[in-house]
Amino acid sequence: MADANADKGLPPSIPALLERNAEKFADRPAYREKEFGIWQQWSWAEAREEITNLALGLLILGIERGDHVAIIGRNRPAHYWAMVAAQMCGAVPVPVYQDSVAEEMAYVLDHCHARFVICGDQEQVDKVIEVQEKVHHIEHVIYYDKRGMRKYDHTHLHWYHTVQEEGRVAHERVERELEKRRSELTLDSTCVMLYTSGTTGKPKGVVLSNRNIIVSSKNSAEFDNLTEREDILAYLPMAWVGDFIFSVGQAYWCGFCVNCPESQDTMMTDLREIGPTYYFAPPRVFETQLTGVMIRMEDAGRFKKWLFRHYMELAKRVGPAILDGRPVGAMDRLRYRLGELFIYGPLKNTLGLSRVRVGYTAGEAIGPEIFEFYRSLGINLKQLYGQTEATVFITVQPDGEVRPDTVGVPAPGVEVRIADNGEIFYRSPGVFVEYYQNPESTASTKDAEGWVATGDAGFFEESTGHLRIIDRAKDVGKMADGSLFAPKYVENKLKFYPDILEAVVFGDGREMCTAFINIDLTAVGNWAERNNIAYASYQELAGHPQVLETIKAHVEEVNRSVAQDEMLSGCQIHRFLVLHKELDADDGEMTRTRKVRRVVVADKYADLIDALYSGRSEQYTETEVTYEDGRKGKICATLKIVDAKVFEVAGAGGKVAAQ
Amino acid sequence: MTDMNAESYVTEDGRTIGGVIMEMKNITLRFGGVTAIQDISFDIREGEIRAIIGPNGAGKSSMLNVISGFYVPQEGEVWFRGRRRAKMKPYQVARQGIARTFQNIALFEGMSVLDNVMTGRLTRMKTGLAAQALWFGRAEREEIEHREKVEKIIDFLEIQAIRKTPVGRLPYGLKKRVELARALAAEPALLLLDEPMAGMNVEEKEDMSRFILDVNDEFGTTICLIEHDMGVVMDLSDRVVVMDYGKKIGDGTPDEVRNNQAVIDAYLGVAHD
Repeated sequence: MADANADKGLPPSIPALLERNAEKFADRPAYREKEFGIWQQWSWAEAREEITNLALGLLILGIERGDHVAIIGRNRPAHYWAMVAAQMCGAVPVPVYQDSVAEEMAYVLDHCHARFVICGDQEQVDKVIEVQEKVHHIEHVIYYDKRGMRKYDHTHLHWYHTVQEEGRVAHERVERELEKRRSELTLDSTCVMLYTSGTTGKPKGVVLSNRNIIVSSKNSAEFDNLTEREDILAYLPMAWVGDFIFSVGQAYWCGFCVNCPESQDTMMTDLREIGPTYYFAPPRVFETQLTGVMIRMEDAGRFKKWLFRHYMELAKRVGPAILDGRPVGAMDRLRYRLGELFIYGPLKNTLGLSRVRVGYTAGEAIGPEIFEFYRSLGINLKQLYGQTEATVFITVQPDGEVRPDTVGVPAPGVEVRIADNGEIFYRSPGVFVEYYQNPESTASTKDAEGWVATGDAGFFEESTGHLRIIDRAKDVGKMADGSLFAPKYVENKLKFYPDILEAVVFGDGREMCTAFINIDLTAVGNWAERNNIAYASYQELAGHPQVLETIKAHVEEVNRSVAQDEMLSGCQIHRFLVLHKELDADDGEMTRTRKVRRVVVADKYADLIDALYSGRSEQYTETEVTYEDGRKGKICATLKIVDAKVFEVAGAGGKVAAQ
Repeated sequence: MTDMNAESYVTEDGRTIGGVIMEMKNITLRFGGVTAIQDISFDIREGEIRAIIGPNGAGKSSMLNVISGFYVPQEGEVWFRGRRRAKMKPYQVARQGIARTFQNIALFEGMSVLDNVMTGRLTRMKTGLAAQALWFGRAEREEIEHREKVEKIIDFLEIQAIRKTPVGRLPYGLKKRVELARALAAEPALLLLDEPMAGMNVEEKEDMSRFILDVNDEFGTTICLIEHDMGVVMDLSDRVVVMDYGKKIGDGTPDEVRNNQAVIDAYLGVAHD
């Protein structure tokens, strides 16, 4: 696939880009970090010096070509420098999740045969020392934060600054070797190795070449017109491919500034102070921010509340259109301007999003209300769909074509195809080289022509050409009449309602879909309190007729929106019940990361599923529960089964609702 | 006895414990007819963590108040850095290099964490009130210097995220940490901690223990602490003084104290015939 012409003039490695930036953007900021209450700054020229000194120091310690250098720590300039310094020496950086427990760390360090480990602080050093009992090939451990490290045995332990200092002093002796190694790097040499968290089985080391990183960074930067004037906040785990692309790939390609927060807890303050122009956050972050705003508005005075509501309604109506550059009446434009002055501007400032030109969210489905909220404020929030194996980018939403329910069009240079079973495949310059020392997995994921299976099922909307993800491919089934069954698609829609904590949809191989619903005790309890509804237990609240009525309304709304979708209209929920207990990891109904174990639930509540499909209007059930101290008990309840309205499939024409 | 009586020695974990920095000689403290402390003598050596323990009402806090200069004992002598202490006001003691935290937290609730910690630098401010109010010339430079010191402490105790938060809004465990920060800001030679872990949960206690050890290790600060939690005391301290009903009933390393019959009796009770 490598187009020889396209490669021409492309700097072949990250160190080469550093060299270019240190000349071209010498005095522009490359890194900032807040420390001791002040933003410390390094220009590109200074960054080059720091990195070169570290690389020289690593050479003196005996780093070899192809060595793996593990980097464990939070987002700090020094840790990013360590990655580039390793590359300069011809070694491969392997960022490791800093919050992983020693056991997981042992697996990664063992698997990649790391000879060098660079740690952020004492906590990480302690873990590495613990790991060293089992993993014997670690030779040198370098730490950045000196605190608490004085009493350690320093025969194989080095302070980061000492390594740099030794490198600086000895530069005449080793500079030539460093120059040689740096010039050996090509587009095909390995840039970085990232371990995928792997929901099933052991983590896999994804090997990404310089070509993967540099071409993907170039394409995506051009797609969003990123320049050297961007500011980003680096706060997501360094071991995650997204952070590598944003904070290393794109940052070096464009020459923009990477800002590191003071600590994990100060992230929001630092965000406000920096005001990034290019921003990435998982849906959870946006959700938390929005909830924070809403709670504070509840406490505001009546006038402020009225003002907020008034202008937010306006924003909801015309904000997205203005953002997309669609026609909007002059009067509304004027009023939106006023809103910007009174509400949107100050609000964006509080959120730290005033300067955001391009914002992305990905990872999981984002609630449409949340998404629209930010967009209506004039924040260009978009979605992308990606994977470590693709060097992030598979599809992205172009400016002006942003919707909450799609993930956009194939990113520049990416080909996407949908298999017969709905699974999404892609091929691009970003496709990973291999899984490290795991040819079987490589072969089963990537075929000879370079197509990679995502494991997700989706389809392209005919009218717009946008990709829509419906579910994990293995969860997608067929209903009795042959139509598509995608439980998670419907469950996500249900879970966007604050009242609904969890939903489990059944219907694979059946003639209709049914659902179990878990109410959210906080939200529903709050509502009950405000409406003077007395309840003694979760069970009683869950079975309250008014609660059932509300949930029924939600289900019907979801049905209405599912009906809009020709392919998935079969997934409308005909009957549902509200469970008398919360699904719980202690009872094995969920994983510890709160993912529903579909099979366990179906098995445990077989009597209820049976009742859903047999047309009964209520069902008595007994359920065993495990208390936190391990004791077991039983709860019994008679659950009402509710019939929900289903809708005709929307007009078979290409009319797709715009929300 | 081992080398602990030597002029200075090195602990197992590699810290150097120096000579005596503070010595209490035959201290007796009375409040009217009540004798809070009766004829107690002990010393604190430079660089060590010294604990004072004892059951409720044993006179621990009174002892700490004697060290900090808040109470003046009726009998006995207090020697600090080779000089006998005359009657002193607490701020004079603070200037000598002794800082403390309080059992029931004494912070300025309405002020931010940063401002609270800055007050710890007060004894070291040289410019006058007027100059500081105008914030001009030397006063400005001085405040910047002090702020740098304070920021190092904020970083050290990991309270960056609450720097600008009013203390009144903080949970208890964090307030304790802020108090420690303020005491550290004075760069004391001797740091007195009055029940630093009282009312904390296990995790907070672990954090606080870590910080106390780190302070001792990084800054070489001599620490004298009162604590109820025996586990914590035994893990943290180099030497322990045990008090009961105003008298000293034990003094030595945690191991020695643990095996001292008088201490066991005081803690577990003893059958009276």
